[in-house]
Amino acid sequence: MSELNLLYTDVEDDLRSSVRDLLTDRCDPQAVIALCDGDRSMVAPLWKALATELGLAGLLVPEDRGGAGASAREAAVVLEELGRAMAPVPFLTSAVMATTALAATEGDLIAGLAAGERTAALAVPLSTTPYGAIPAVPATDGRLTGTVTSVAGALEADVLLVPAVTGDGLALHAVAATDAVRVPVVSLDMTRQLADVTLDGAAATLVVADAEPALRRALGVGAALLASEQLGVARWCLDETVGYLKQRRQFGRVVGGFQALKHRLADLSTGVDSANAAARHAAAVLAADDPDVELATAVAQAYCSDLAVTAAEEAVQLHGGIGMTWEHPAHLYLKRAKADQIAFGTAGAHRARLAGLVDLPVAP
Amino acid sequence: MTLEDLRQRVEEFLATHDPATTERLEFLRARYDAGLAWVHFPEGHGGLGLPQAWQPEADGLFAAAGAPDNNPNSNVIGLGMAAPTILAFGTEEQKRRFLRPLWTGEEIWCQLFSEPGAGSDLAALGTRAERDGDEWVVNGQKVWTSSAHLARFAILVARTDPDVPKHRGMTYFLCDMTDPGVDVRPLRQITGEAEFNEVFLSDVRIPDTQRLGEVGQGWAVATATLNTERVAIGGRATPREGGMIGLVAQAWRDHPERRTPELHDRLLRLWVEAEVARLTGTRLRQKLAQGRPGPEGAAMKLTFARLNQQLSGLELELLGEEALRYSDWTMVRPERVDFTSRDAGYRYLRAKGNSIEGGTSEILRNIVAERVLGLPPEPRVDKDVPWKDQEK
Repeated sequence: MSELNLLYTDVEDDLRSSVRDLLTDRCDPQAVIALCDGDRSMVAPLWKALATELGLAGLLVPEDRGGAGASAREAAVVLEELGRAMAPVPFLTSAVMATTALAATEGDLIAGLAAGERTAALAVPLSTTPYGAIPAVPATDGRLTGTVTSVAGALEADVLLVPAVTGDGLALHAVAATDAVRVPVVSLDMTRQLADVTLDGAAATLVVADAEPALRRALGVGAALLASEQLGVARWCLDETVGYLKQRRQFGRVVGGFQALKHRLADLSTGVDSANAAARHAAAVLAADDPDVELATAVAQAYCSDLAVTAAEEAVQLHGGIGMTWEHPAHLYLKRAKADQIAFGTAGAHRARLAGLVDLPVAP
Repeated sequence: MTLEDLRQRVEEFLATHDPATTERLEFLRARYDAGLAWVHFPEGHGGLGLPQAWQPEADGLFAAAGAPDNNPNSNVIGLGMAAPTILAFGTEEQKRRFLRPLWTGEEIWCQLFSEPGAGSDLAALGTRAERDGDEWVVNGQKVWTSSAHLARFAILVARTDPDVPKHRGMTYFLCDMTDPGVDVRPLRQITGEAEFNEVFLSDVRIPDTQRLGEVGQGWAVATATLNTERVAIGGRATPREGGMIGLVAQAWRDHPERRTPELHDRLLRLWVEAEVARLTGTRLRQKLAQGRPGPEGAAMKLTFARLNQQLSGLELELLGEEALRYSDWTMVRPERVDFTSRDAGYRYLRAKGNSIEGGTSEILRNIVAERVLGLPPEPRVDKDVPWKDQEK
């Protein structure tokens, strides 16, 4: 078997430039900070631009269903840039996870998602792992009743994909967002604000029967590609901190010249380069439909989720007092990194899964 | 020439030089002369001027045909450091004289760089080389010299002008280790064995034809040598669970009675790190194959050293009582070094060298900070002071 390419192709570099240019123009850091005070006015226009002008909503949807037919490698590049800019858009929840859950379906819903005319979210808590029980609500006569807490992407969605327990097991139902009560959560990470979703006999359409494999696949792809978002977060933290320490002067010197700080940044840089390899590998394995996908996902999550938190914590510390302020964006990255660490399972959950995959069991 | 052409060349060579019937050294010399030794070297010097990334293809075909190899592990300094430097800075005559027997393993090389007073600060070295007609006379002491007792030649950096600042007064030589003024003494290390040596140089005579590069250019030549060393460290492809992690994972599987949740947690954390380091090495190799070498090899070596130390330490704890026994403290001089060889106690002790040899982890962090991140260099108070006036 030939070796997977862990670098970026020219096409991927071009995609990165397009996304970065658009975000530079339309994802103002001060507007992102304003999200934390409840002003979400930037979200809809930014997502519309990314979804339709760049066609990112349908990036992963096959061409025969109206999408771009791109692979996880391209989606990973997009997530690096979204993480880097802290862009508050539902790319991961709708364009990656919802379309993956619906991969085997045809019809208006997947076509609408591909065109960027509709936006969907999987109604599961953001902390759901690909390995454990999947929370589901009961379905009775095509109507759903129950509450799902801490759902990411629900506020931006017009359709919710709800796992429901039917007489035939787990099934995925579509519910119009207007038929659900979505209560915004005061979230640790307000750039990916969560919602508690309550359904009270909501009308639902069955979209995937026997949905457990599709749901695990969606959560797994979400986890694998979240590593690229975490890489983008970590890379921003490193670059921003290095840039700041080249400017900041104390004791008559640029503080970036002090060895205590240089060595911390050297270690962080080494870690970010390692995260780059792990995240790139997970995306490449997914794109190649390689049987290693579960292992690569667990490795990427176990490494990148902690590394992103370390990067953000170092950014806050090494910025000194300015890093503690509301005005400086470092706190956004800290909050995102910490929330991402818990999303789809902590590093520990992924290591526990890995133990089974690589024959390193804890019990004799 | 395409990769397919290269394959064809190897097949043609094998057709006329049957590995089963050709004498080993004759085979290796012929392979060199056919340009199939290191394919990225120029024609006439064992190569065909092809991309370095194609080398594994040639090596694979030779191995598959049961051909003898040049035992690369026994001439690591020669192949990894001396050869690329001779190629870059040598005269045609030097390349012709030295490269072929180096590649075939007929002549083993060692490195006479570090001194008792010049470790991380290599440019402070004080071994003197003084001109005497067509020769240089060398006096001084070198240290940490692996394979010195086996080597026929050494790459040597010596001070030729003490009146200028340290980086400017050095010259690079190819030193004959059979000169009567060369005294090699084993230097015993914490493992009990003597992998490396002290080398005392007393009126060693080196012909000027064995000077590599210009007089006073020694620092530039030595820097080129050290860069190729770090590229070599990052350039190896390893399988999953290759190296130290494989041994520790196996110890875990073999000793269910020693398993605890605490050891399990540490093992899995290190397993993840080792796998990510492997992928990082793969990525670095892919970058280098595209001709984009950078100082990232320093970061790779930092990770490699830390992981080897943590893993070998964990292995002892996993083994419990068994780890209280050591295989053998007898002083021996091994012919080749394998960090993962012998018992777990040896591995633990030997790994301590990984963060010292080939650039300490502290110096490597400076390199990453300065050359990857562009942070300000360390203050150099002795930069403009003539070497002879510096505090020693």
